[in-house]
Amino acid sequence: MKKMLLKAWYTMRRPSVHYSLGFLVLGGFVAGIIFWGGFNTALEATNTEAFCISCHEMQDNVYQEVQPTIHFTNRSGVRATCPDCHVPHEWTNKIARKMKASKEVWGKIFGTINTREKFLANRKRLAEHEWARLKANDSLECRNCHNFDYMDFTAQSDRAAAMHSTSLASGEKTCIDCHKGIAHQLPNMDSVEGW
Amino acid sequence: MKYLLTTCFALLLCSPMAMQSVSANDEKTNIATLRNHTPIEGQQPTKSIPKVINNDKVQMRNYPMQPPLIPHTIRGYEVNLNSNKCMACHSRQRTAESLAPMVSVTHYMDREGNFLAELSPRRYFCNQCHVNQTESKPLVENSFVDMHKLMKQKSQQQ
Repeated sequence: MKKMLLKAWYTMRRPSVHYSLGFLVLGGFVAGIIFWGGFNTALEATNTEAFCISCHEMQDNVYQEVQPTIHFTNRSGVRATCPDCHVPHEWTNKIARKMKASKEVWGKIFGTINTREKFLANRKRLAEHEWARLKANDSLECRNCHNFDYMDFTAQSDRAAAMHSTSLASGEKTCIDCHKGIAHQLPNMDSVEGW
Repeated sequence: MKYLLTTCFALLLCSPMAMQSVSANDEKTNIATLRNHTPIEGQQPTKSIPKVINNDKVQMRNYPMQPPLIPHTIRGYEVNLNSNKCMACHSRQRTAESLAPMVSVTHYMDREGNFLAELSPRRYFCNQCHVNQTESKPLVENSFVDMHKLMKQKSQQQ
């Protein structure tokens, strides 16, 4: 094992015998583009609704619940799909979230929520993770579309305008504090703040 | 004579049938109120879904014991085993922050009149009594008169 590693190290250290510098530089450049493009394409492929609901856990539970809600069915035809709310849009944060999502692959392999009963038993834990994430990033995924500065309070109902111009404006509250269950059904809300 | 008898017999035979057909006709027209006399095999053009009133203004009750109407939209509000969205604003603990009217004390009473710490299970499902209103005409005529108006009319007559 040590011999093999040493051999590889010497090969890497020696200048190239057969290939020109130009070939190596250009080849490296082209290979870089192909690998990077491939990586990003694969990453984006995992960032689609179709990919999310290819697992029955998502298709049968959360996807069914989101369909009658305002983010799926609405007058203007703008739809927020799974990654719009559940994956950060910015590259660094996206990669961080994707790395964390390896736990979800683990869950898929070992069937943590592979039945309706298991899903319901875990719903509160799963929801709390999402609430904590959105609370920590000041509801960033909501704000990707719903920009506070662009809100027209006169077009909102009196109740909504009153809440948004006080608690939200002062930064005391963030979207998820009041809008839990906006896109999926709620778990048992006992001992949840604001309920 | 024979001719007369035959006619009478024929009439007697026919009359129950004739009566039946009239009553069936009546029934048909009466049932068809909401369908507006559309033949059973036909279909009226679909009416648009009316908008829910969302003005947050208290609507007058038609009689003192009427459950108050909901003056806002309740789309997606869950009221089930896990949570009661209405109570996130209307429960006693939440009204100070939400400024929503508190549900009446009767909602915290069991059927024997004992006060409970939590909402009584028999009052848990808000939509059994409380509903919101839409901007639409009544489907059938309503001749309801407020008790207060009746009393006023009576006192004016005397």
